[in-house]
Amino acid sequence: MKLPTLREVGTEAKLLLIGIPVFIWTMIPIYHMFVFAISPKEDAFTGKLWPDHPTLHNFSIVFHQQHYFLRDFWIQFWNSTVIALAVGALTLFVATAAAFSISRLRVPGGRAVMNMALFTYFIPAAFLAVPMYRTMGTYGLLNNHWSLILAMVTIAAPYAIWVLKQASDKLPVELDEAATMDGATTLQLFRLVYVPLMMPSLVAVGTYAILLAWNEYLYAFLLLSKDTDITLPVALGNFLAADDSPWELLMTTGFIYALPPAAVYYAFKRYMVGGLTAGAVKS
Amino acid sequence: MAITLSASDTASPPLSARLSPPQVWGIALLAPYLLVFLAFVVYPVGYGLWLARQPSSYVALYNDPIFARAAVNTLIFLVIGINIKMLIALFLSGFFAQQRPWIRWLSVIFILPWAVPSIPTILSVRFMLNPEWGVVNQLIFKFTGDDGPNWLNDPAVALAMAIGVHIWKSLPFWTLILLTGRLAISHDLYEASDVDGANWWQKFRYITWPSMQTLYITCTLLSMIWTLGDFNSVYLLTGGGPADLTHVLSTLGIRYLRLDQLSLAMASIVCAMPFVLPLVYFMMKRLSR
Repeated sequence: MKLPTLREVGTEAKLLLIGIPVFIWTMIPIYHMFVFAISPKEDAFTGKLWPDHPTLHNFSIVFHQQHYFLRDFWIQFWNSTVIALAVGALTLFVATAAAFSISRLRVPGGRAVMNMALFTYFIPAAFLAVPMYRTMGTYGLLNNHWSLILAMVTIAAPYAIWVLKQASDKLPVELDEAATMDGATTLQLFRLVYVPLMMPSLVAVGTYAILLAWNEYLYAFLLLSKDTDITLPVALGNFLAADDSPWELLMTTGFIYALPPAAVYYAFKRYMVGGLTAGAVKS
Repeated sequence: MAITLSASDTASPPLSARLSPPQVWGIALLAPYLLVFLAFVVYPVGYGLWLARQPSSYVALYNDPIFARAAVNTLIFLVIGINIKMLIALFLSGFFAQQRPWIRWLSVIFILPWAVPSIPTILSVRFMLNPEWGVVNQLIFKFTGDDGPNWLNDPAVALAMAIGVHIWKSLPFWTLILLTGRLAISHDLYEASDVDGANWWQKFRYITWPSMQTLYITCTLLSMIWTLGDFNSVYLLTGGGPADLTHVLSTLGIRYLRLDQLSLAMASIVCAMPFVLPLVYFMMKRLSR
């Protein structure tokens, strides 16, 4: 074995000097949440780095809904799940159809629609929240899950269309021509040629929409209000309403709420990195 | 939908003669998005502009000290917060470009803030900063015997903390994007510069920066637009407090909505448009090529 030179040790030390603070900075809020989640109530506020008696009791309280703030935990979890999946499915449908139409069928006005969509993508969603709230009131959809689903589809679709259009522009035109020569109708072209070839981008876009909807707080808290209608992030925000809210339970619920998106993110990281980050900013 | 759309651009020849079957399908497949766009973008935006039409709303905004404060806060958030964030991201992208097994592992952990939802982590930070029971002041008391400051009760500190939370959340994303840009630079350039005896600053100045500056500036502008809409970092950490001194434009709109001053809410957003629209237009041009 070759001993490292002094110079190599120096470089490694410098890298560690950056790496360790980055690690600590990244982990602090998450670790703090985790410690709260596994601490018994009386240990939670002692400021220790590791609780004396770690326990899963908090998780049991949350899962059995044994607290005033948690009495609708499961239905809220269900709401979050259904809304996220519905947003994912609807966004995929709307965006795939639009991208196919703009990129492959070259529909007249397609470019204009693409530009309008991009325009919406860049306007901060929070700016649209107030008029959206009133509009949903006008449509009579307030306190209905559809209001949140449709609002999130509106927010997710522009970027989804853009990513899908970029990906489908790369498919060779000859494919469509060959399929049409063989007598494929437009719908068959879409179903049998386009969708299978676009699968990686579709997975990326679907994941993007699902995570966006699962993580959304502002729209969810504006559009839904009944305890049995709201999603988990709104329920978490509601803990702040009382001064004596049980922090350890809030952090436990937050931890449970954060797990699915983190798992999805890491599971689909391959698609997310390839399909999304490269596409997010073209240099 | 299909009929109204095509009728506008075809005058005399019958529809069936001008449109081939794929084009009919094209319009039909575009229709779902157009419907969503009309119902949930065009109508709300039009309605919002209509609500914000009275000059008196702008006078009221002008006279509201909270609006002025929010505008200044937003500017601080964007100009100082974003530039600090992007500089750190640029620096860290160089760090993560190093080929080491442990740096690969660290990059997996580093992405966590971006992968987890922001609400629980913001609330976690909020609890850390609680003056009585928060872990920060507990530690200060343990080591110094003094009570720590009431972090979120000082508007300057509270705003700085909100910026910190924002940076914590979105730093991994921008680092990753700048890293992709950095990895696209040909390695030969660096090897050639090593032969010429260039130091790290010269390498950065003459190789890395020229290849990355467009990407870096695009990222900074994009991050500014998106940060304008960062509602969570401020709302969940400070709630706009103390005394409504830490609001930014995105939380101010919701505050006016809560107070049932809808026209003020819309007017405050319209006021931001002269700054937002040029940026949005610029980004749109870049991405629609």
